[in-house]
Amino acid sequence: MTFFLIASIIKLLVVFTLIMVGVALLTWLERRVCALMQDRLGPNRVGPFGLLQPAADGLKNIIKEETYPATADFWTFILAPAVSFTPALLTFAVIPFGAPLNTKWGDVPLVVADLPVGFLYILAISSLGVYGIVLAGWSSNNKYALLGGLRASAQLISYEIAMGMSTVAVLLLAGNVSLNQIVAQQQGSIIHWNIFPLSLAFFIFIVSAFAETNRVPFDLPEAEAELVAGYHAEYSSMKFSMFYIAEYSNMVTASALMATLFFGGWSVPFTTWGQSGSPTLIQTLVTMAVFFAKTFCFLFLYIWVRWTLPRFRYDQLMSLGWKVMLPLALVYLTVIATAIWFFHDFLGWAYDTRFSLALFAVNVALAIPLLFVLDRGHIVAGSVERRRA
Amino acid sequence: MPITVKVLRRPTGGTSYLRAMFKGMLLTFSHIFRPKVTMQYPEEKSSKDWTLSSRWRGTHRMLTDEQGRAKCVACGLCPQICPANCIKLVPGEDEQGNRYPLIYEIDEFRCVFCGYCQEVCPEEAIHVGVHYENSEFERGRFVYDLERLCAQTHPVSTLWDPSDPKGE
Repeated sequence: MTFFLIASIIKLLVVFTLIMVGVALLTWLERRVCALMQDRLGPNRVGPFGLLQPAADGLKNIIKEETYPATADFWTFILAPAVSFTPALLTFAVIPFGAPLNTKWGDVPLVVADLPVGFLYILAISSLGVYGIVLAGWSSNNKYALLGGLRASAQLISYEIAMGMSTVAVLLLAGNVSLNQIVAQQQGSIIHWNIFPLSLAFFIFIVSAFAETNRVPFDLPEAEAELVAGYHAEYSSMKFSMFYIAEYSNMVTASALMATLFFGGWSVPFTTWGQSGSPTLIQTLVTMAVFFAKTFCFLFLYIWVRWTLPRFRYDQLMSLGWKVMLPLALVYLTVIATAIWFFHDFLGWAYDTRFSLALFAVNVALAIPLLFVLDRGHIVAGSVERRRA
Repeated sequence: MPITVKVLRRPTGGTSYLRAMFKGMLLTFSHIFRPKVTMQYPEEKSSKDWTLSSRWRGTHRMLTDEQGRAKCVACGLCPQICPANCIKLVPGEDEQGNRYPLIYEIDEFRCVFCGYCQEVCPEEAIHVGVHYENSEFERGRFVYDLERLCAQTHPVSTLWDPSDPKGE
């Protein structure tokens, strides 16, 4: 018991520090990548390659003046950044980030809280983040902030459903809601990664995850061109910074979740480290590195998309959410459940490579008509209509 | 009259948004590896694409003769022509009857950097300079006296010559 407590506290501190440092570096990365994509250099003055820029930003934010709008609802106004910040960090608690660490007192699972209902916990907590945004928008007593808050709530509710539906497919395949079990199920060959048997679920999930984290092309709650800064228009100094930290930790969590649910989590391809017997220290470190590499790929994707794609119009966002994503997720769930029943129970196949490939074929068969509809009849046509001669 | 909304006709049948999206993503990604345009200012002050023009009109410089005295003969043309009225000149005369400036001050805050003083100077003494780093900690330091004007070392501006418009 003592060992469990001490191990948990250490894990807590390590994960918290990792996320905070990760978020800080992410702001740096965002600015550097943005600059590079625009043929600039970006922040490179503070420290080597500008790596200490987040520290400088943090220092600046702490010593800046805090302003309170005269008509704001004072306590809610103060509470809102914390309310948006906390769930963003809470979610990471159940994501396993490495093979169990083998110590002389026993194996330590590398996850802050190894909940058997880990996935349900994520669904429950991740939607709490919207309260912070709505409260911030409402309590600021500013029409732009309020509009930002309204948009955030509408958007999160619309996409939460599709996101939940898409992940049910993962649960069907794993037969469990524990994230460690989901990782274990994907171990072995790369074909076992859920991206192959459940490609469309990943597509729905990634679109919803972008919407959930309020990132371009779904960053309507802050849409700087129309809403000034949206829900955080009235915030200054560290409270403003907390919204940023919340946004970036949400990104980290969503990326980690994508890696865990669809890309094998911390499992190293073609090995069964961590599942068969106690892993060595090296194996644990390698699995951690693999997990962070996978997460980093998605974080980069977030940044890459942000500096490429334009923002949706609000009605487009809503119609995509309700008219495309939700029905798609429902239909997909039905089809994939039927397919799993057919292959597993009717034909009696085991969950192996053949099973994954068969499901992948089902996905491809579904994806072609879907892309045909989404892309208005032009899957591989030119992006601009050819002038008729 | 009812409010009407102009509906733009968009090519709904002919465009592939997926492909356009991937093209855009590839484009931004390829830009990561292209040469950057940033000039790292305090270390680099000019690049092969950009240098300060030799006609740049910046803070003044007074040229000196071999003995290190200002070339100025205190003729009074520059305070006369100065549109901003920023030159203060008090002429003096020595035993041989040579005129020299007792006080020669330029208020760089008032100056509009038109370069007329350089153009009008018969002795080619006062010049505007190819120089732009002028920050000071006090406002008073922006009134340059004769000693300071003579001590400046930056290159002087090449004014536009109507008889040689391309500077050849």
